[in-house]
Amino acid sequence: MTFRIRPAMLKMAAAAWLLGATGAMADTTLEFTQWWEPELPAGSLRKIMDEFEAANPGIKVTLVSGPYATTRDQISVGAATGTLSDVVGLDGAWVNNLNAQNALADMNPMMDASKFDKSQVADIIKVDGKAVMFPVASFVYPVFVNMDLAAKAGVTKLPSTRTEFLDAAKKMTQADKNQYGWVLPLSLQTPSGVQNDMMSWVWASGQSMMANGKPDLEGKPVVDMLSFVKSLNDAGTISPGIATKTEQEKVEEFVNDRVGMMIDSLAHVNLIRKRNPKLNFDLIPVPVVENYNGKRGLPYASWGIGISAASKHQEEAWKLVQYLMSEKVNAKLVSLANAFPGNVNAKPDFVTSDKAFGKAFEIFKTGYLANEFTGLPVAEDLMTQFDVQAQKMLAGEQSPEQAAANAQKGWMAKF
Amino acid sequence: MIRQKRSHHRLKRAVAPYLYLSPSLLIIGLLMLLPMVTVIGYSFQNSAVLRRDPSFAGLKHYQAIFNDPVFWASLWHTLYFTCMSVVFHMTIGMVFALMLNSDRINPTLRNILRVLYILPWLFTAVIIAVIWRLLLEPNGVVNSVLMQMGIIGSKVEWFSSPETALHAVTFANIWAGYPLFMVSLLAGLQGIPKDFYEAADIDGAKAYQKLIFITIPQLMPIIISISLLDFIWTMQVFPLIWITTGGGPIYSTEVLSTYTYKLAFSSYNLSQASASAVVILLISLGLTLFYIRYQKAR
Repeated sequence: MTFRIRPAMLKMAAAAWLLGATGAMADTTLEFTQWWEPELPAGSLRKIMDEFEAANPGIKVTLVSGPYATTRDQISVGAATGTLSDVVGLDGAWVNNLNAQNALADMNPMMDASKFDKSQVADIIKVDGKAVMFPVASFVYPVFVNMDLAAKAGVTKLPSTRTEFLDAAKKMTQADKNQYGWVLPLSLQTPSGVQNDMMSWVWASGQSMMANGKPDLEGKPVVDMLSFVKSLNDAGTISPGIATKTEQEKVEEFVNDRVGMMIDSLAHVNLIRKRNPKLNFDLIPVPVVENYNGKRGLPYASWGIGISAASKHQEEAWKLVQYLMSEKVNAKLVSLANAFPGNVNAKPDFVTSDKAFGKAFEIFKTGYLANEFTGLPVAEDLMTQFDVQAQKMLAGEQSPEQAAANAQKGWMAKF
Repeated sequence: MIRQKRSHHRLKRAVAPYLYLSPSLLIIGLLMLLPMVTVIGYSFQNSAVLRRDPSFAGLKHYQAIFNDPVFWASLWHTLYFTCMSVVFHMTIGMVFALMLNSDRINPTLRNILRVLYILPWLFTAVIIAVIWRLLLEPNGVVNSVLMQMGIIGSKVEWFSSPETALHAVTFANIWAGYPLFMVSLLAGLQGIPKDFYEAADIDGAKAYQKLIFITIPQLMPIIISISLLDFIWTMQVFPLIWITTGGGPIYSTEVLSTYTYKLAFSSYNLSQASASAVVILLISLGLTLFYIRYQKAR
C-alpha cells in the first residue's frame, strides 16, 4: 500500500511543480509607477489595467501609485539604484535627468520593430535622439476670463493681443474693491508659475526661450515678455502678493471674483465650477504679440510615460505603452482625467458634452503644444532661478534686460 | 574549577549591561548613526545617490556652498530667525507664566487664559503656516485692522515683500512656540518655595526686586535648558518657512533648511545638499554639546 502511494504522491508533486513553473513562466508582472491613480476616479486606472491584462494574457500589471512629489522622488532614487519600475509615469521636467542617469529606454527600436504609427501621437519627447517619453494626457493652459467682471468693466471684446490684454486688465482692476485684472503666482515653493504664467506668453506667439539647444533668455522674445509683465505690474493690474502666491491661491482668487483673468490648467474647470457654481467664465488662447498670425503655442503639463532601461520585460512594457497610447484607450483615459489626448485621433467625450471643454479643444486643435522646459536639465531649478530674477524685477531692483541677463547666466551654468 | 566558574561569572556580569543596552544601541545605530554617516559620506562624493559609481570629490562641495552668497544669507537669516524666536519665546512665555501664576487674577479667568495661551501649541506647523498666510495676506484681516486703526496707509505684503517677509515669518514662529516656555516656566514658578517671597516681604522688597532676586534666579536652570533646546529646534524649522514663503521673496527668508531642501529636491544636487546638511549637523552638535556640558555641570 505504502509502495503504491509514494509514486502517486511523487507524480502529483511533479505535476504541481510543472504547473507552477509553467504558470510562473507565462505570467510576466509589470510594475507601473505613476501619480495618476490618486488623481483619477477611484478604481478607474485599475480597470484599464484589467482590460489590458484580459487583452494580453500572461501579462499582469502592478500599479505603484502615490502623490506627484513622492512619485518624483521615488523615480529619482529608483533610477540611481537601478530599481526603477518597468513602466514609469513621467513629467517632461524629469526626463533630462533620468536620461543622464541612463535610466530610460530608447523607444525608437520598439516603435520600428512593432511598426508603430508615429503620426498618431501628439508628441514624442526625445533626448539626445532617444525617444524617452510619450505624453499620454495633456493639461493645457488657456486664459480663463471672468465674463461678469469683463462686462462690468466694459471689456466687450476678449483680448487677443498683449496690448488688448493690458487694456482689459487695466479696465478690470479696481484696487479699492480688491479686484485686479490678472494674477501671477511666483511662489518659490512651486516655481511652475514661470512656466505656466510667464513663458506661456512667449510660446503663445510662436516664439522660443531657446536658441540652438541653449537658453536664449537675453533674446527679444523673453525680454519683451518680461517687459510686458512689468508693464502689467507697473499699471497695478496684478493681484498683490505675487512673490509668495501659489497656483492654488491663484485659482481661489479667480473663483472668488477677485481677478478678471488668469492662465490656468483646463484640469481646474470642474474645481472652479464646484467652488463657485455661479461664476460665469470663458476660455481664450493666451494673447500674442501685435501682428502675429501664426499658429499659437499652447502651454501644457502632461502625464508622460516611458520604459525603464533596466526593465527585464521591455517587450511587455512596450505593449502596455502602446495600449495606453491607442485611440480608444487613450480617449477613455483622458476623458476620466479631463485632459487632452496623447493620441491625435482620440476624442475625449467631454468635448462634445461640455461647452467650455469643447471650446478649449478647438483652441488645442488650432494651436500646438508648447513647453520648452520639457527635457531641460533640472527644469525646476531653472524655473526657481528665473523666478528669483523676475521677483527682483517686479520689486524694482532691476530692469527686464538685467533680469534676463542674470537668469541667462544662471541657466548657462546648468547646461 | 572554582576559578573557572568565577571568571565565567565575571564575564557574564561584564557583558550583561551591554546585552541590555543592545536593542536601543541597535535602533540608535540604524535610525540615527547610519543615516548620519551616509549623508556625511555623500558630501564627499560627486553625483551622490544619482549615480551608481560616484567618484570621490574631496571638499569640493563644501567649497561650493561656502562660496555661495545665498548660503551665507541663509546662515544670517537662520541666526536672526532663531535668536529672535528664542528671545521672544522666553519673554512672552515668562510674562504669561507670571500672569497665570498670579493670585491677583480671578481663578476662572486664569483657567480660561491658560487654555487660550496654550492654543498655538496644539496646531501643527502646516496649520500655523496656513493661518498666518490667511491673516497676513494683502487683503487679510491684519491689514484691514491696521488700516482701520490708521497704523498703515496702504496694504502691506507681509510675506511677499523682501523688507517684511523675514520679520513676518519670525513673528509667526514666535506665536507658535512660546507655550513651551510658558508651561515649563509655570511649572518652575509653582515649585519656588513661598518662604522666599515671605522673607522678601518682611525685608520690604518690591515686586520687581522679588522678580530679579528670587524668581529669575530660581528659574534660571529651566530658562537655560529650554532656551538651548529651543535654539536647536528653531534652527531646523522647515515647514513653517517653506509653506509661508518658500524661502522668498528673492532670498529674503532663505534659511539653512530651505537652502538644503532646494539643493536636494530642486537642483537634484544631493552631494552639495549633503554638505549643507553636515554644516547644520555641526552647528546643532556644537549646541548639543554645550547643552550636555551645562546639564552635567548642574
